[in-house]
Amino acid sequence: MQMKDAMNLTAAGAGGRTAGKAQVVGKDTGRKNGRKAAEHIMQVVFLICGLIAVGFVLLISVYLIISGIPAIREVGLVNFLFGDTWDSYNKTDPQFGILPMILTSVYGTAGAIVIGVPIGFFTAVFLSKVAPPKLAAVVRPAVSLLAGIPSVVYGLVGMIVLVPWIRTTFNLPAGDSLFAAIIVLAVMILPSIISVSETALQAVPQEYEEASLALGATELETYFRVSVPAAKSGIAAAVVLGIGRAIGEAMAILMVAGNVANMPSLFSSVRFLTTGIAIEMNYASPGSLQRNALYSIGLVLFLFIMLINVLLNVVLKREKED
Amino acid sequence: MKRILALALAAVMACAALAGCSSSNSGNAGNAGNNTTGNNTSDNTGNTGNGGDAAALSGTVNTEGSTSMADVMSIFTEVFKEMNDGVTVNYSGTGSGAGIEAVLAGTCDIGLSSRALTDDEKASGAVENIVALDGVAIVVNPENPVSDLTEEQIAQIYTGEITNWSEVGGNDAEIAVLGRESGSGTRSAFEEILGIEDACAYTNEYGSTGDVIGSVAGNPNAIGYASLSAVDDTVKAVPVGGVECSEATVQDGSYTIQRPFVMVTVEGTELSEAAQAFLEFAMSADAAQYIEQAGAIAPNA
Repeated sequence: MQMKDAMNLTAAGAGGRTAGKAQVVGKDTGRKNGRKAAEHIMQVVFLICGLIAVGFVLLISVYLIISGIPAIREVGLVNFLFGDTWDSYNKTDPQFGILPMILTSVYGTAGAIVIGVPIGFFTAVFLSKVAPPKLAAVVRPAVSLLAGIPSVVYGLVGMIVLVPWIRTTFNLPAGDSLFAAIIVLAVMILPSIISVSETALQAVPQEYEEASLALGATELETYFRVSVPAAKSGIAAAVVLGIGRAIGEAMAILMVAGNVANMPSLFSSVRFLTTGIAIEMNYASPGSLQRNALYSIGLVLFLFIMLINVLLNVVLKREKED
Repeated sequence: MKRILALALAAVMACAALAGCSSSNSGNAGNAGNNTTGNNTSDNTGNTGNGGDAAALSGTVNTEGSTSMADVMSIFTEVFKEMNDGVTVNYSGTGSGAGIEAVLAGTCDIGLSSRALTDDEKASGAVENIVALDGVAIVVNPENPVSDLTEEQIAQIYTGEITNWSEVGGNDAEIAVLGRESGSGTRSAFEEILGIEDACAYTNEYGSTGDVIGSVAGNPNAIGYASLSAVDDTVKAVPVGGVECSEATVQDGSYTIQRPFVMVTVEGTELSEAAQAFLEFAMSADAAQYIEQAGAIAPNA
């Protein structure tokens, strides 16, 4: 029966909407009411599911704001954001300046982008345009595998391989540093950059490239002068996504960055906004200023990520308009 | 409307978080007559919980405090549960300071501290029951030729006055000063014992003892500290002032970088029967083997 109905509806859809409706109504009004109720129930279920997601976002936002504000108020916004000393457990004179962490997060993310974006971008061009299909069939799964590796494994490899290598190569007392974190982050953001830019490049209409080639441009000229500019907003979205991933990462860099809240320099031990929360939360006693300050760091990080999301939406919207 | 709902939910969550530690003390209705509070020694271990009357014990014992005592507490809890079926021992690791505060405020039965109580804390009524000892070993890479450090040298290394291993009889290499994050019990104990609180210049901080050991094992320039029980073959524990760090030297007090594991009670507040039995069990000679299982050292065994 239902099959038949569906067929009726499709036929009606093809022929004319009103005619289909009339047919259904004419057949059985009672069943129509029953179906309408089912439709209604399902709509409510979908609505609830949607609201759950929205609810959690709201819940987290409100919770972060409520729990993040007290410490900022107590320390003072300027002292909190621009203070250059973080010494939260000092018994006589605790300091809650998160400037070192903000700068570390910014520098670390920027460094990861500087290293990761060119590699990811060229890989994407290679995969979508240059690579022979057989080779692409090997590289592509490898890239997605890279995305599936848990961040703690990145951290572990970084700790065991990268950190000692940095120590011996640059003759440092210890290899845990901003540099190590940047390299780990650069590798971690590769998969998102590669897959998003590759999708964007593949969406470039073939006619553009054919026209360019017909006009006498070489293949490489075509890729970089025609395909890439045509896909630029998609590639920009990939970069923003990479930034988002890098700034929010905690576990991997917790294991390689050294975690002392120094002002960032390439070969010194540094603490990111994320690792600042992760490393101290264990022992911060509930209700203490230290714990509240950690919530405040969370709030700052949250605002950073909101900002990046807004940026991403703007970029994606522009892509749609293009 | 949605915002109000979210606010309400956030408030409920916050309340739930706060309520977690306050739901105690309901089970201590009947106090045993023979309870003596403020027992500072391990003398009165009269009924160690395996007698006939103890089987009738029931209730909840809420303990809170030092995270360093988690291993000891988990074994104690397990064994005590076997002996007294009706008693549930809850442990929440919130840090020594928070544990002492909680027991003084009456929000838990027994506070747990992995440091000796301060005079202030004792003045406000806290009573120290030492159940175990823990040595904090100073560890270096096995390749490091340094064979002995004095307490003063260690303090100077951690405050940044000594920066090269050659100054303490090692190779000409810069020292990587490793330690735990602020708030860690091991770090507090270490810094307190050496009198270098809030004065340390760390090269790196780690969130766990395992990370410290791992980093020292992989770095010939590193020095770190860790609970004696966590020290393994991958690192070398340096003698301090000529005394090796071992169970025996911690027990007799000759190894100075050590800390007590303390169960804190409050002067003049009677424990519930169950809590009293648990405390007596922890202080008894029987508990020694479990303390050793947990990697700590029994005080007088």
